[in-house]
Amino acid sequence: MNQITEDLLKIVSDWNGIPDAAYNIREDSGCAGRRSTEHIQIDSKEDLPGINITVQPGTKGEMVYIPACVTHSAVDDLVYNDFYIGEGADVTIVAGCGIHSDGEEESRHNGIHRFFIEKGAKVLYLEKHIGTGKGSGARVINPVTEATLAEDAYMEMNTTQIGGVDSTVRKTKATLQQGAKMVVKEKLLTEGTQRAESDFVINLIGEGSGAHLVSRSVAKGHSEQLFRSCLVGEAACSGHSECDAIIMDDGKVSATPELTAHNVDAALIHEAAIGKIAGEQITKLMTLGLTEHEAEEKIIEGFLR
Amino acid sequence: MLELKHISFRVEDGGNKDILDDISLTVGDNRFVVITGPNGGGKSTLAKIIMGIEQPTAGQILFEGQDITALSVTERAALGIAYAFQQPVRFKGLTVSDLIELAAGHSLERGDLCGYLTEVGLCARDYIDRDVNASLSGGEIKRIEIAMALARGAHLTVFDEPEAGIDLWSFNHLIAVFQKLRRETRGTSLIISHQERILDIADEIVVLAGGHIVARGHKEAVLPKLLETGSSVNFCEGKAEQL
Repeated sequence: MNQITEDLLKIVSDWNGIPDAAYNIREDSGCAGRRSTEHIQIDSKEDLPGINITVQPGTKGEMVYIPACVTHSAVDDLVYNDFYIGEGADVTIVAGCGIHSDGEEESRHNGIHRFFIEKGAKVLYLEKHIGTGKGSGARVINPVTEATLAEDAYMEMNTTQIGGVDSTVRKTKATLQQGAKMVVKEKLLTEGTQRAESDFVINLIGEGSGAHLVSRSVAKGHSEQLFRSCLVGEAACSGHSECDAIIMDDGKVSATPELTAHNVDAALIHEAAIGKIAGEQITKLMTLGLTEHEAEEKIIEGFLR
Repeated sequence: MLELKHISFRVEDGGNKDILDDISLTVGDNRFVVITGPNGGGKSTLAKIIMGIEQPTAGQILFEGQDITALSVTERAALGIAYAFQQPVRFKGLTVSDLIELAAGHSLERGDLCGYLTEVGLCARDYIDRDVNASLSGGEIKRIEIAMALARGAHLTVFDEPEAGIDLWSFNHLIAVFQKLRRETRGTSLIISHQERILDIADEIVVLAGGHIVARGHKEAVLPKLLETGSSVNFCEGKAEQL
């Protein structure tokens, strides 16, 4: 593993040396390290680039690290990772991608993750994306997440893109069976001429299933964001999606909520708010001694925490 | 400590309107001064002018001998002026402990953080990690606002209607907070208030109506006159009555 990868790992997965857990480190489309554990098996796919992660039923409190790093320009990385989470398991998966580029050509990471979460299993999925380096080549990250949640399964996705990624198209699709729950917390910051698109489709097909989706984003400079959420209620279920965006400078944000109910007992709600930082918030922090700029930074830091 | 010299604040509202007209007021060190008077009398505007949130159209403000009229809110805060909002501001993502630490100007041990919240009657462990957002009630956020003002430890603290929007139980506790503040003479407090029980603990009461100071003096002299009217809002605009 090279130094750039180590630096990126610290940012995207709080890396602090080889963890005492299952892990697979992807570096410039290759494998820079892997370990399986007694309960979690990681294997290369035979037909496609990528890995299968198999968590045995009943595995509790274990972690899996699967970060991906691109360390120079002109890399076009495509990976298919499939997660099989056994019945009753409870695991944390730390993913994330960092692209470092000092060159002029575009580097790209396309990560396609599929989750098959069995009955009563619980997954916390943490994903951070970042771009670094001084090259003019664009850093592009396009993640696709598809999740199938069996009866009473639970998945929480915390995704963060905090800077340096020039273009992202994020697609998340989930299907929830009876009693399954999904929570998504997305945080996104774009600046300069960056562009981000986030697209969620959650199908609530089982009775008592529920989804809670919160997106918080900040668009600075001339950056642009597009947020689309689609909740489909096919049974007696509950769905809530919320898009909260702060725009600064010439930033642009567009939010498109979509709710579809095919059952009279489907309770679906969407909330969206887009606007600049409230003047009174800045004034309040200035009365505590912060400058106007410090106040803005603090408000954004809290908003995206 | 604080000297207001001929402060005026005029707005163009289909013609010129004087919200404050030639206000002069001197407040000494370690004083507990309450500014009262009818709604629309200019009290909150005066408080904002002292903090620098609004700029006067005429006049001069001296703080501890320094002319601060042209200074920003941030600069006035750095000199030692604190301000508690009548309607506290809510934030998505900033917690109670974030704001109290910002107010104190440095990170705080958990015990110190809890101390400020306990002082305003909040059970610290229930609030310390909560966002200061719409989930807090009017009484809760008002008390957090006052805890922030206490954490500032400023030479001059301006409270704009601390009793506004809080329930009776919170109000009784609020009075106790101000009584303690008064006893411990932590700098000078300038409180905009309509409440008799806050007027009752003042060193000095200033009555502001129609943009003028219409009465001013020790509580023993001003309070009976206020009470005679049956309300603190019955003062007529007119010549200041120095009691």
